[in-house]
Amino acid sequence: MHQEVPVTQLTRREISQQDYERIHTSTEFAELRKRFRGFAFPMTVVFLVWYLLYVLMSAYATGFMSTKVLGNINVGLIFGLLQFLSTFVITAMYVRHSNKNTDPLADDLREQLEGKTPDESGTTEKGTTRA
Amino acid sequence: MPETPGEPILNMSIFGAFVVLTLFITFRASRNNKSAADYYAAGRSFTGTQNGTAIAGDYLSAASFLGIAGAIAVYGYDGFLYSIGFLVAWLVALLLVAELLRNTGRFTMADVLSFRMRQGPVRIAAATSTLVVSIFYLLAQMAGAGGLVALLLGVEGAFAESAVVIVVGGLMIAYVLIGGMRGTTWVQIVKATLLIAGTIIMAVLVLAQFNFNLSSLLGAGAEAGSTLDPGAQYGLNGTTKLDFISLSLALVLGTAGLPHVLMRFYTVPTAKDARKSVVWAIWLIGGFYLMSLVLGYGAGALVGPETILASPGGVNSAAPLLAFELGGTILLGIISAVAFATILAVVAGLTITASASFAHDIYATVLKKGARTETSEREEVRVARITAVVIGSVAILLGILVLRAGLNIAFLVALAFAIAASANLPTILYTLFWKRFTTQGAVWSIYGGLVICVGLIIFSPVVSGAETSVFPTVDFAWFPLRNPGIVSIPAAFLLGYLGSVLTKEKPNEAKYAELEVRSLTGAGAEAAIRH
Repeated sequence: MHQEVPVTQLTRREISQQDYERIHTSTEFAELRKRFRGFAFPMTVVFLVWYLLYVLMSAYATGFMSTKVLGNINVGLIFGLLQFLSTFVITAMYVRHSNKNTDPLADDLREQLEGKTPDESGTTEKGTTRA
Repeated sequence: MPETPGEPILNMSIFGAFVVLTLFITFRASRNNKSAADYYAAGRSFTGTQNGTAIAGDYLSAASFLGIAGAIAVYGYDGFLYSIGFLVAWLVALLLVAELLRNTGRFTMADVLSFRMRQGPVRIAAATSTLVVSIFYLLAQMAGAGGLVALLLGVEGAFAESAVVIVVGGLMIAYVLIGGMRGTTWVQIVKATLLIAGTIIMAVLVLAQFNFNLSSLLGAGAEAGSTLDPGAQYGLNGTTKLDFISLSLALVLGTAGLPHVLMRFYTVPTAKDARKSVVWAIWLIGGFYLMSLVLGYGAGALVGPETILASPGGVNSAAPLLAFELGGTILLGIISAVAFATILAVVAGLTITASASFAHDIYATVLKKGARTETSEREEVRVARITAVVIGSVAILLGILVLRAGLNIAFLVALAFAIAASANLPTILYTLFWKRFTTQGAVWSIYGGLVICVGLIIFSPVVSGAETSVFPTVDFAWFPLRNPGIVSIPAAFLLGYLGSVLTKEKPNEAKYAELEVRSLTGAGAEAAIRH
């Protein structure tokens, strides 16, 4: 099978500028945008501040960061490992948030615009993303 | 410890086996390369997990593997800070960029940046910064390849090192020409798997020597000279501390602006798969950096900072020397091959990104006015292939020059991150989230970020005025920091704002509405090609 068939031509209709603008002003889209930004923006501030705190303390609070806590493991190292942990936790939280709060709305709006697409439009498994 | 540990012939045969395997995979993958979407975006047919592995392969360059282990072994805690910046940076990509970019673009970063703007000026600006970032990143990898040779293959001297750069460059052109994005992606996947497997084996062997007690490993490392306290590298005075903060900013904001990382998001069918890619990449990259902490202190404890610095490869040889200490010539051979594979794969990823940007953004859209027919697409791919050869050759030539100058690899990579964070990230974020952003804002921010960032580096101690400078005998350094991020990143954000406010040009609100709807819902996104 070497025939090349872009899926677009088979199942999708052209979306006009008016369609986009109609969806853009709908309350459903406003809700989607609110849910997306409501998570992504504050969370970006949180992890950047948390990271900068770590960087600033490593540069200017070296005495405190060098305090030994457990054997040879000091505050700085624990703080650094917590940066790894927080990155993993925020990643998992974002996936959960998207699966639960934004994906259903986004899927619904996309179907309104493109017409009902057959379920094989994605080549990988549908539904939730695993963290 | 011998001057060149290990068996050069064994090292070369393991490396040769990797090259044969990946070339075979590349040939097989190339059978499906027909359209531009095949060549640039692998037909958008990779799964999230595959692409996540390929992203890890693209991201964990020589700087991550050799550089961080060496930095931890020599500077202790301060080396560890690099890995944290490199990892946290992925949250910017995950939360703000990956999915929205996949939903709105086709092949390159410029597709999204020019979406609501006048095509010509924005595409040329974005393609320029893509080329600059990619070339700096390429140089770092090429220099790394040449520098490693002294240690690993037992050849020394300018001629032998240049020969290695030519071989690496030639192979990279072959991968890109034959395999396109599909072949390149498979090379990344194979390489990431080998690299992570090799790192796990070494980390377990190191920990086994300390009865799996992290505290005693750290204690032994500290005793040998890999300090556990912050400040060994950056704590000297106020300027070095500020320099460290500047570097940290560039690292955390650079990733989401690296064109070769952004282009990977187009190789999956949907935004959900782009999300899955980043999630998978974060786990792999995070796990890798946790193990590099063990490798770094392990190299400090078992090999010792003085021995590492005195070896032919200098600070970058910590990981190979540790492999030799742990598993003799066989493990050294495997780890050396993995290091070469790392460089080769990253270099191929960079080449395809730079060539795609020239062919798609400058040749097809600006010069040919963006006519989309089947012949024009075929022509565009042909131009991309020619560009790949040109960029490959330029990288080979510059790589040889950089080797001669003895430029530091980590510096070049951090510089690429600083340029990406200054020239690309502000425009990406404004484009996606700020309604009033205009063409003038984009152009000011991209060129402004680029010029300020590169300019400050030229007038920094990196280039002149210090013993470690490129030109140690002259002094025109008036900017005290080695990394310009703390100045150039805010400046580029400010220029994007001012450029948009200080123009009569009206922001294209209809196009912004379309961009917002498409980026958040995925409506009208480029679909996968089924063969």
